[in-house]
Amino acid sequence: MFGKKLWRQLVCALPFLLAAPLHAEYRLNLQTPASPVAQQIYDLHNLILLVCFVIFIIVFGVMFVALVKHRKSVGHQAVQFHENTKLEIVWTIIPFIILVGMAYPTTKTIFDMRNTGHPDMTIKVTGHQWIWEYEYMGEGVRFLSNLSTPQDQIDNKVEKDPHYLLEVDNPMVVPTGKKVRVLLTATDVIHSWWVPTFGVKQDAIPGFIHEAWFTVDNPGTYRGQCAELCGVRHGYMPVVVEAVDPASYTAWLTRQKATMAEAAAASAKTYTLAELKSHGEKVFTTSCAMCHQATGQGVPGTFPPLVEGAPFAAAKGMTDPIETRGFWKDGKIVLGPKEKHLDIVMHGITGTAMPAFAGQLSDFDIAAVITFERNNWGNHTGDMIQPSEVATLRKSTGKSS
Amino acid sequence: MATTIPIQDVHNEHHADNHPDHHPTGWMRWVMSTNHKDIGTLYLWFSFGMFLFAGALAMLIRAELFQPGLQFFQPNVFNQLTTMHGLIMIFGAIMPAFVGFANWQIPLMIGAPDMAFPRLNNWSFWLLPMAGLLLIGAFFVPGGAMAGGWTMYPPLFIQGGPSYDMTIFAIHIMGISSIMGSINIITTILNMRAPGMTLMKMPMFVWTWLITAFLLISAMPVLASAVTMLLMDRHFGTSFFNAAGGGDPVMYQHIFWFFGHPEVYIMILPAFGILSTIIPTFSRKPLFGYRSMVYATVVLASLAFIVWAHHMFTVGMPIASQLFFMYATMLIAVPTGVKVFNWTATMWKGSISFETPMLFAIAVVCLFTIGGFSGLVLAIVPVDIQLQDTYYVVAHFHYVLFSGAAMSIMGGIYYWLPKWTGHMYDERLGKIHFWLTAIAFNVTFFPMHFLGLAGMPRRIPDYALQFANFNMIVSLGAFVLGASQLLFLYTVIKCIRSGAVAGNRPWEGAETLEWTLPSPPPYHSFETAPVIK
Repeated sequence: MFGKKLWRQLVCALPFLLAAPLHAEYRLNLQTPASPVAQQIYDLHNLILLVCFVIFIIVFGVMFVALVKHRKSVGHQAVQFHENTKLEIVWTIIPFIILVGMAYPTTKTIFDMRNTGHPDMTIKVTGHQWIWEYEYMGEGVRFLSNLSTPQDQIDNKVEKDPHYLLEVDNPMVVPTGKKVRVLLTATDVIHSWWVPTFGVKQDAIPGFIHEAWFTVDNPGTYRGQCAELCGVRHGYMPVVVEAVDPASYTAWLTRQKATMAEAAAASAKTYTLAELKSHGEKVFTTSCAMCHQATGQGVPGTFPPLVEGAPFAAAKGMTDPIETRGFWKDGKIVLGPKEKHLDIVMHGITGTAMPAFAGQLSDFDIAAVITFERNNWGNHTGDMIQPSEVATLRKSTGKSS
Repeated sequence: MATTIPIQDVHNEHHADNHPDHHPTGWMRWVMSTNHKDIGTLYLWFSFGMFLFAGALAMLIRAELFQPGLQFFQPNVFNQLTTMHGLIMIFGAIMPAFVGFANWQIPLMIGAPDMAFPRLNNWSFWLLPMAGLLLIGAFFVPGGAMAGGWTMYPPLFIQGGPSYDMTIFAIHIMGISSIMGSINIITTILNMRAPGMTLMKMPMFVWTWLITAFLLISAMPVLASAVTMLLMDRHFGTSFFNAAGGGDPVMYQHIFWFFGHPEVYIMILPAFGILSTIIPTFSRKPLFGYRSMVYATVVLASLAFIVWAHHMFTVGMPIASQLFFMYATMLIAVPTGVKVFNWTATMWKGSISFETPMLFAIAVVCLFTIGGFSGLVLAIVPVDIQLQDTYYVVAHFHYVLFSGAAMSIMGGIYYWLPKWTGHMYDERLGKIHFWLTAIAFNVTFFPMHFLGLAGMPRRIPDYALQFANFNMIVSLGAFVLGASQLLFLYTVIKCIRSGAVAGNRPWEGAETLEWTLPSPPPYHSFETAPVIK
């Protein structure tokens, strides 16, 4: 069955091999640099590749001559020499000199790359499984950047758009011509923030803060991905940076602040069940569905279902913490108390892939998504959670958003 | 000088006649065996089985990556495939294969009757299938096999299910096996050489294994301690690698790669030994620069311990560390260059013929050099920042490990099969296998350089559309490469069952001691030590 499917795919693929699909390309070198450091890296790579190529041609040219001329089949007799001290010293020293020649420009570039001093602005980048969070230091602007490629494209149900897997709902926005410093950290596992055209790749490590910098000269959209294996959705954690002129950047910043104020106001209101459910569905789709699935059925053995009565078997390390919180009994999911539900969503479950959403979602988001989960897919508790309850809980546990 | 032993000085007539080979028969022969040849055979078959299994996982990976989108596997299964492909290839296929060669060849090449500790040898081998069972069995426990990458980085590793613990124990068992095997090899080489075989007269293969064994003894306990700390963090409340408890996730990477880089040399030095045996034979000329080869190997092994952090240039280490590890890594090019130059000089003005082992050896020298060059490119910190964790790295380590280690193993198998079985292998099939492997290998792995440069990360089940064309080519190459290895299996079985009589010394240029024995050699060989003049 598997073989047949593969075979059909292979046959279907043949025409594509001959005539490349529209968006595909055969790029042979690094992406076109968009920052001065990336340009230096690009040139450095070309230089070293050239040196390697020349050495390869010389060494294997010699070997090729031997393979052609010193063959038994052409009657060549072996000459029994096996040492030549002078030659051996020469071919030890020459590579060393070449290496010193390579090390010099490289060292210069490293010092440029690592020179994060005197930035014009600083953005803190936090890696979560599997979302990037951007915080503009000193501006009070903070938002999450989720993959925006629809699941149907990933599942091959609809045609893929040109920026498949490299598109997000909220890109990082930076002004052109400014030195941007990024501070990197993570909350759960190690991620790596990478934009090839900037020449920036820096691991984001929980408990530590590292820094990198870039300057973009031309406005445009620059795309990259998480580069350190960070779990199931590692391949679905793109980085998108939009560079705009400084005036547009200031305007964007103002709009962003207004959006945040709206979100804060939204958390101060009281909602009906229908309002909570409809907003909750949106939150669920961006933040939860990647693991628990749009159907709420999860992934067997890995991500638990959210539906009362659904069977779920997994390692004790996973079922134990769910059981103690009242959400699992005898191999089945049960809908535990809403206080515990709030606790799980806000603080996560340590030692599992369930992240803490308290720092990522607003009070309204959290209240809505839990209400949605408790009143969907056949769950009919009628429970409603208002943003104010989340706010109270935040105060009592000392975790502010 | 090194390996020229006048054939007539070694007498081999009276083997086996007056010593009946009393050993259990049937399958108990293999379970109970303390004979270096039997154990060598076991190691080689075990590694070949693991090679096919881990290769099959690679086929599944390439099927999923044939086109963008998810076709066959969900991401959690995909991560299990890449992780287990790497772990099993390294610990199940490449390392045991070289130990198999060591078992068969070291006693034969130094004129010893067997390994120094035959019972330990039996145990070293029989631990491996147990470890293999733990690794493969992990696919069937809740949550599936380990999916955190073969490097097992925390904190991701801490999140895993029971298969993660099974992997830890498998690594412990394989580590014990490797350490015992290494003790055996070192003792055999240092104490059981035939009279007259001084260290500087040893065949190059024996030298490379002596140094490899020391690397194993130094590196494997480091890995064992790293995974033990992971185990404690997972179950006993420690925080070695948990920042929230005062630990440091990056410390794991330092410890792991302090093992990991010597591990790379553990997998390539014996391959260098095989090349240094095959190339002189088919050039009909002694190895050029034997002495500098030995020194270069020692230098490589020493450098292996001071370059580990080049695997982690993106973790945010101080600039001085980046510079130190970059300079040290670049230095590796010097002894590696010496090796390649020496092999070329060995062929120069030789009388070269192109039997299958020689074809493999020449291909390995060329392709391994490409892997060496991409290694040099990766040593350059700013370039590495772009290429770290991309397909460029995948291309690099397959040029080193497949066309370096695995193809040397294949060449070595063809080279010594006539000695081990007493039959010549089918030269035509051998050559077809070689050309299929060499071409398909390059179709598979060369485009990965381009993918990495263009920005495709490794360990992803799905990719952006600009990577589609090369991925399709890579997958097609991989399927041919995988299928070709079934031809290898067939050719080996055919050789064991039938084939022209090999005679003592089928290769006219072969000068080492094993060729003074009949083919196959008697069950107990060199009971009277040959005298080397």
